[in-house]
Amino acid sequence: MDQQLIQLLVNGIAVGSIIALSSVGLTLTYGILRLANFAHGDFMTLGAYFTLVINLLGVNIWLAIALGSVLTIGIALLSEKLLWAPMRERRATSTTLIIISIGLALFIRNGIILIWGGANQAYDLPVASALDILGIRVAQNRVVVVALAVLVIFGLHYLLQNTKIGKAMRAVADNVDLARVSGINVEQVVIWTWVIAAGLTAVGGGMYGLITAVRPNMGWFLILPMFAAVILGGIGNPYGAIAGAFVIGIAQEVGTYWIPTEYKLGIALLMMVLVLLVRPQGIFRGTL
Amino acid sequence: MTDPAPLLRVEDVYAGYINDLDILQGVNFKIYPGELVVVIGPNGAGKSTLAKTIFGLLTPRRGTIVFDGKNIVGLKSNQIVQRGMCYVPQIANVFPSLTVDENLEMGAFVRSGSLKELKDRIYALFPRLVERRKQRAGTLSGGERQQLAMGRALMLQPKLLILDEPSAALSPQLVNSVFELIKRINSEGISIILVEQNARKALAMADRGYVLETGRDRFEGSGPDLLNDPKVGELYLGAGRGH
Repeated sequence: MDQQLIQLLVNGIAVGSIIALSSVGLTLTYGILRLANFAHGDFMTLGAYFTLVINLLGVNIWLAIALGSVLTIGIALLSEKLLWAPMRERRATSTTLIIISIGLALFIRNGIILIWGGANQAYDLPVASALDILGIRVAQNRVVVVALAVLVIFGLHYLLQNTKIGKAMRAVADNVDLARVSGINVEQVVIWTWVIAAGLTAVGGGMYGLITAVRPNMGWFLILPMFAAVILGGIGNPYGAIAGAFVIGIAQEVGTYWIPTEYKLGIALLMMVLVLLVRPQGIFRGTL
Repeated sequence: MTDPAPLLRVEDVYAGYINDLDILQGVNFKIYPGELVVVIGPNGAGKSTLAKTIFGLLTPRRGTIVFDGKNIVGLKSNQIVQRGMCYVPQIANVFPSLTVDENLEMGAFVRSGSLKELKDRIYALFPRLVERRKQRAGTLSGGERQQLAMGRALMLQPKLLILDEPSAALSPQLVNSVFELIKRINSEGISIILVEQNARKALAMADRGYVLETGRDRFEGSGPDLLNDPKVGELYLGAGRGH
């Protein structure tokens, strides 16, 4: 394999990590809240912008990402309170919810343009030399991005398998009515789902800003690969979404070896179409 | 005649799934501590609806439901569970992707702290589940699922257990063992409301029974009385049709 291909593979793993973080949130909101949230990508953008604002105040970038995700969680909870909870109460259909989420996506994106403008922006980062791993140059940020993603994924696994709230989340995903009659506080599970989904997505967005420019449509353009990863891994299955995200991320980046960069989104879409045609339930089973 | 306080009292309840279409139309129901009460009736009479309304899954439009001396109308299911009433739905009554162990833990979600003792009690009652404890509930057989569903509902040691057609979709042999189990649970002092299609068998072991028809309680009486009542027999037990 030549140098450039390996370089692209490394990039793919970094992008895959970011897609993994955010698509886990997307698949959880789908599995637990039965909501295909098209505003998910824009929550990611929001995370990046909050990170930017805090970072430009002189705060260390990693701390800024953490604070930015706390703020994003706040906005997600606000949307739960103002939008999703009342709509669930009225037993809105999933189509209605999808349309509302598209509206919310537009609202957030244009809100961002209104407040911060449409131009590309960048974090204020100290200059760090790229690491040299066996002749491959890897920016330090990308290493941290991958490490952080792996850490978060193990944390999520622990939460889902071993904690009371994690088990309750899986129970609600299985059967919300049975969860209710078992005495599970479904409203509390919903809140936790938002905290985790929005938190992971915002961290993903904050880190995405490290490897690309911070711009209003950064998350929106990532929503397609995210949905592709979610579908690839079996809708509702976070482990599947993680695997799907790495497959999509790597395929997208490595694909640019042969085809122009502009078409890399097409690779994600092509994979999504193929999976839907051949194995619509996804590669893994679609439950938590 | 002295009338001890009923554990649960349902009075003149109207409820349904959509507005202006009440399934329950003024139903009355009572169960005393320690009793096993069977609810029978033709399809669509509102048996399951009654169970769901008692358990807070539907909000009555009119009427009162008093459990353990307190009004429970308007409470959510998870609040009702905390007061000592548990419910086993008719279908989809286990979490298929959770293990047997985790299913039992979900039954005691409202309880904090270690659940080991509670779980051990359930495993003692259903030894069949012990060897399956790390297995996903979706892989269990029909009979094992029914045991797990009851086990989940018994985790909190409720005062009242509502069972919605536990014999549905089970083989005749399994039906007998499920009914045995219900009797055993009842003999431990837990009051049970049993909603059943299998009317004859259920009435034979019940303390009392109710016959629902079009959302109202049409007949009420002791198990044997209802079994021997010619009107009940003709209408709901299939007697007189060359049984």
